[in-house]
Amino acid sequence: MKIVVTVKQVPDPNSPQRLDADNTIARDGDVVLDPGDACGVEIGLRLKEAHGGEVVLVSMGPERAREAIRKALSMGADRAVLVTDPALEGADVNTTARALAAAIGSESPDLVVCATESYDGSTGMVPPMLAEVLGLPQLTFANHVEVNGSTVSVHRQTEDGYQVVEAPMPALVAVTAGIAEPRYASLRGIMAARNKEVRTVGVADLGLEVPAPAETVEGVEDAPSRQQGEIVEDDGASGVERIMALLQAAKVI
Amino acid sequence: MYFSDAHQELRLHIRRFLEREVVPHLEEWEQTTFPDSIIKRFGELGFLGLRYPIEYGGQGGDYFSAVVLSEEMARAHCGGLGMAVAVHTEMATPPVLRFGTEEQKRRFLVPAIRGDEIAAIAMTEPDAGSDLAGMRTTARREAGHYILNGRKIFITNGARCGWCLVVARSDPAAGHQGFSLFLVPRDTPGFHVTRTLKKLGMHSSDTAELLFEDCRVPADFRLGPEGEGWKELMWELQGERLIAACGQIAGAQAVFEYAMQYAKDRIAFGQPIASFQVIKHRLVDMANRIAAVRALVYETCARWDAGEYPVREISQCKLLSAQVAVEVADDAIQILGGHGYMSEFPVERAWRDARLARIGAGTDEIMKEIIAKTYGL
Ligand SMILES: Cc1cc2nc3c(=O)[nH]c(=O)nc-3n(C[C@H](O)[C@H](O)[C@H](O)COP(=O)(O)OP(=O)(O)OC[C@H]3O[C@@H](n4cnc5c(N)ncnc54)[C@H](O)[C@@H]3O)c2cc1C
Repeated sequence: MKIVVTVKQVPDPNSPQRLDADNTIARDGDVVLDPGDACGVEIGLRLKEAHGGEVVLVSMGPERAREAIRKALSMGADRAVLVTDPALEGADVNTTARALAAAIGSESPDLVVCATESYDGSTGMVPPMLAEVLGLPQLTFANHVEVNGSTVSVHRQTEDGYQVVEAPMPALVAVTAGIAEPRYASLRGIMAARNKEVRTVGVADLGLEVPAPAETVEGVEDAPSRQQGEIVEDDGASGVERIMALLQAAKVI
Repeated sequence: MYFSDAHQELRLHIRRFLEREVVPHLEEWEQTTFPDSIIKRFGELGFLGLRYPIEYGGQGGDYFSAVVLSEEMARAHCGGLGMAVAVHTEMATPPVLRFGTEEQKRRFLVPAIRGDEIAAIAMTEPDAGSDLAGMRTTARREAGHYILNGRKIFITNGARCGWCLVVARSDPAAGHQGFSLFLVPRDTPGFHVTRTLKKLGMHSSDTAELLFEDCRVPADFRLGPEGEGWKELMWELQGERLIAACGQIAGAQAVFEYAMQYAKDRIAFGQPIASFQVIKHRLVDMANRIAAVRALVYETCARWDAGEYPVREISQCKLLSAQVAVEVADDAIQILGGHGYMSEFPVERAWRDARLARIGAGTDEIMKEIIAKTYGL
């Protein structure tokens, strides 16, 4: 079974997040493998361990994204494709999905595993768009994945439980961050990752045209800080009624 | 300079593992000692064989990968568990790799690296600690076997080991040339754990008193040639002291960082206590001593890794790191005041744990004796 896992390098969640002047995310500080993608890699590796095959990473980003890719290779993925091109700088979700789809398409995988959303952009739109462009069924919000023969089935997390959803492969699965704790890489794994193939491809290799962004971020403002609420003094008489009235007005009870 | 990005990547994985699977249990293990299953887990993750050859289940790394493990254990205040792992990976198993036959490596090293068998090393006796040449345990040769008789004391992992590397006299008349090393499986008849000992610190680790009573060990389990035991033991002690130094310095660094943060946060007389010159300078003194000794430790590790045998510097590392660790822990308690004396703050345990450093693996006094000898004094 050939499994593609999409991975992304993101600003370190433990350092303060910044935007560049054009309102795109600043990527020059400390960077890490997206913690959600590490879960995707873990799922890919478990499926490979259970069913055999190969785990191929596909990433889009600057040359520097090799560092994040190598972290995922240390965990045990077999090889990687990095889509990198100056023309893709500041790509919106549409362009991102098309670029990833072009790279993934040429791998003809049985299964594509994505995280539900990236840590930095958090649009959550790339996996569904990717599935659309690739023409694959998509199983989203998966917190459990199983492969039986040529069928993949997932537990699709809902507010009050989960749905069991299945699709014929090839298919795309978007996993939740809680699905599995990423494994600890061994020193052997870390050393081996240094010799694994990371192929870079550009826009021309993929035969891609990069349209002008359909969407740009025009402004960013801090969320309004919370206003002070109403303080109800307990005067021993009407305090409780007043609070009940407020809660009812707010439709909380 | 000494650590590659592969070491740093390994460091982050070890750190996350310790945070998730070890640190939450440390307080409990101080009461109960750690469970054997955690050693098995270390083995599964490859942490017991970081610098051992891949053919024996190791990870094929260099000495600094073992340093990373030791530093991270110390940074997480692992105390007794850190000591137990160091005894296993840096004291009991290195002689098997270096002096063992192929069969001995398969029989003893491989399960130790996997974490299936915990290893111990027994040299100290009730009447022979610093003066190791006074060891009285005997190994009498008899029909394809050695018969071991004698007592060993203060043996880390002794009560839970799968096998123990025992130093004994195979020829009582031959002085230093009369010692040999033996690999003794725990289930060998005549291998008794007479008791485990209560102690000041390192509570998560067990320390045992052992009795060998007509304990028959196959001659094949003698490690290295007969009569070479003393030389082999001296080599073992170098590695033991160097890894102890790495752990002590990393532990001191963690304690320093804790005390510094506390001093910045703690308000007295209207200001953070770190702003009082006495405290500020005390912190600086702590940092300086750590930095200086760490530089010597890393340089010495690099020489050891390159195959040199720098006895003077290893002894200096062991002596200075032990002193710094104890002093820094004591300073930290002073900075924390009453809180520092309370068990719910980590410096109390660090102080108790660190005190061992000036005794175990050779006392301060013995380190000075060795250093003196290298100067022809
Ligand atoms: C928690 C713990 C774990 C241990 N684990 C192990 C283990 O796993 N395996 C093992 O074999 N051993 C182990 N030991 C033993 C340890 O290595 C010895 O305790 C240590 O070497 C000191 O020996 P001793 O206790 O007999 O002290 P002694 O040798 O009796 O020393 C007493 C004092 O006399 C001083 N002294 C002795 N000779 C001289 C001299 N020539 N000049 C000046 N001063 C001198 C010493 O420095 C010390 O201050 C452990 C000890 C402890 C406390």
